[in-house]
Amino acid sequence: MSKARLMQGNEACTEGLIAAGVRFYAGYPITPSTEFAEIFAERMPKLGGKFIQMEDEIASIGAVCGASLAGVKAVTATSGPGFSLKQELIGYAAIAEIPIVIVNVQRLGPSTGQPTSPGQADVMQTRWGSHGDRGVIALSPGSVEESFEIGVKAANFAEKYRMPVVILLDEVIGHMRERVELPEQVEIVDRKGPTGPPETFKAFCPDDDDVPPMASFGSGYRYHVTGLIHGETGMPSSASDVTTKLISRLHTKVDKAKADITMYTELYTEDAEILVVSYGGSSRPAAHAVKEARKMGIKAGLLKLITIWPFPDEVLIKAAKNAKKIIVPEMNYGQLVTEIERYVDRDKIVSVNRIDGELFLPDEILNPIREAAGGAK
Amino acid sequence: MASTEKYLRKTALPHIWCPGCGNGVVLSAIVRAIDKMGLDQNKTVVVSGIGCSSRASTYLDFNTIHTAHGRALTFATGIKLANPELNVIVITGDGDATAIGGNHFIHAARRNIDLTTVIFNNSIYGMTGGQSSPATPINSLSTTAPYGQFERPFDIPALAIASGATYVARGTAFHTEMLTNLIAKGIENKGFSVIDAITQCPIAYGRRNKLRTASAMLKWQQDNSVRIEDSKKMSPKDLEGKMIIGELYKSEAPEYTALYDDLIKRVQGGSK
Repeated sequence: MSKARLMQGNEACTEGLIAAGVRFYAGYPITPSTEFAEIFAERMPKLGGKFIQMEDEIASIGAVCGASLAGVKAVTATSGPGFSLKQELIGYAAIAEIPIVIVNVQRLGPSTGQPTSPGQADVMQTRWGSHGDRGVIALSPGSVEESFEIGVKAANFAEKYRMPVVILLDEVIGHMRERVELPEQVEIVDRKGPTGPPETFKAFCPDDDDVPPMASFGSGYRYHVTGLIHGETGMPSSASDVTTKLISRLHTKVDKAKADITMYTELYTEDAEILVVSYGGSSRPAAHAVKEARKMGIKAGLLKLITIWPFPDEVLIKAAKNAKKIIVPEMNYGQLVTEIERYVDRDKIVSVNRIDGELFLPDEILNPIREAAGGAK
Repeated sequence: MASTEKYLRKTALPHIWCPGCGNGVVLSAIVRAIDKMGLDQNKTVVVSGIGCSSRASTYLDFNTIHTAHGRALTFATGIKLANPELNVIVITGDGDATAIGGNHFIHAARRNIDLTTVIFNNSIYGMTGGQSSPATPINSLSTTAPYGQFERPFDIPALAIASGATYVARGTAFHTEMLTNLIAKGIENKGFSVIDAITQCPIAYGRRNKLRTASAMLKWQQDNSVRIEDSKKMSPKDLEGKMIIGELYKSEAPEYTALYDDLIKRVQGGSK
């Protein structure tokens, strides 16, 4: 039977990652993500796993890539400035198809910004921060319980799709304490291994899902890994067809899995005339505001996105079907709202923002709902 | 040669290095050292960074990884810690290891993690066409020091020793037998080993510095090297401008992954 516990989001996320089989952590201290390092430092040796405090943020993600190639599920956690520093190797993990999880507990930026205050301004950096073209998986939990579930999912997706997966926490969720009941068992996905002998193994030859099987270093399957454009054997190539094929596949393996990756919750969206679209910490006052609006007789609804990338466009279009106004609260100057504008009539969209390191008060979302309802009548 | 051919990926050849480049000689010394030490081909990982030297991993038939610029030691640390049974050899250059990767270099040495790092030291950024590196000798010319290099270079072995490496050696592409033996001893050491392998880049360095040919550069290596045994009999004045080659330093210290395995035993034992 599962046991109820009072936990922080950061702690629950750590537990989720460990439950999914993560046994390697490399990191560098940074607020507000340091709990990840502290908990992994304590837990890993007990489980026969490894923890290492590296000399910097770049070294941390490098070590995590190395551990994953050696066959161990690996994670690093950081926040704002550290996430910026990790960008190059996130791209490396993408092109070399190394399963890793990167947690970014978002704080207010740019630069050192407000180290202990929440922000949601790394949403677009997560999509585009590392140079070059690639598909991206990023998940943003909105509660402590979801932080656990997303820890499990992120590790599973990394293994299943052989790529880096970002958990976009924010300081609100990361440091909030809630009562949670953690399941004793979770569904664990391991990377697929080679099916044939080493002589015929091609480390970057995909199956129908566009994901190649992966062999651990030291398992007898010798192959080459590079950040250069490479063909199915892993050998570098600058041929046009090889390049097109690889870059396409880094996108299509995510596109093909979109239904599996897409996660969200809905509140009164079936008949919503005022649709609030939110995620992470902002989704909590948003939920409160929507419930208050319903009490006032306003047909408000909430679409809470958990999967941020790939962007759940079909889910949005469906939820926005009857919407006269779409309100998008984010703790940034307006980031995910620009993605939403790609799929729905932009005249309907109201961007609601806080850029001062504070979470919304429910009224700050309820008021635009009421204004929108008045305008709609 | 027959016994070492199996370590090469023939389909990946010919290599990309320029005529006269010394990287092939250093690579050959690595392969011979691996053979000499009898490492299991399936349990040996070669990790490289970015630059001319780091292309070497492509040509070797092991689990090989060509990482990002400066980061080879970070990947190698993760590989070795995740699976300490693996023999991990790191191939890097002077710029890769001591400029962009300098922080990782001193910390890998501090941890004394069991990695054998071979620095292909050609004293220049070759891949990008001849810019100064932290190993470019004072007064020499490079494309970014068109009036002569005035920054002091690193003494790479001294940096490694001060940072905690437990085996430090310097060899050259001219002294191939010695270089092979030094790398083999580095592999043998259970800890962080550094072999500063002086190699020639006639195209991006030599041409600008009155050493236009590979043979002129190899001759320079011969004339300017002093074996450590001989250096002890020489005066500081006679040693001025000379490179001391051979096994420069050896010490005993606990190795990082062994310490971690002890920690696991201690923690797991204590929790019972």
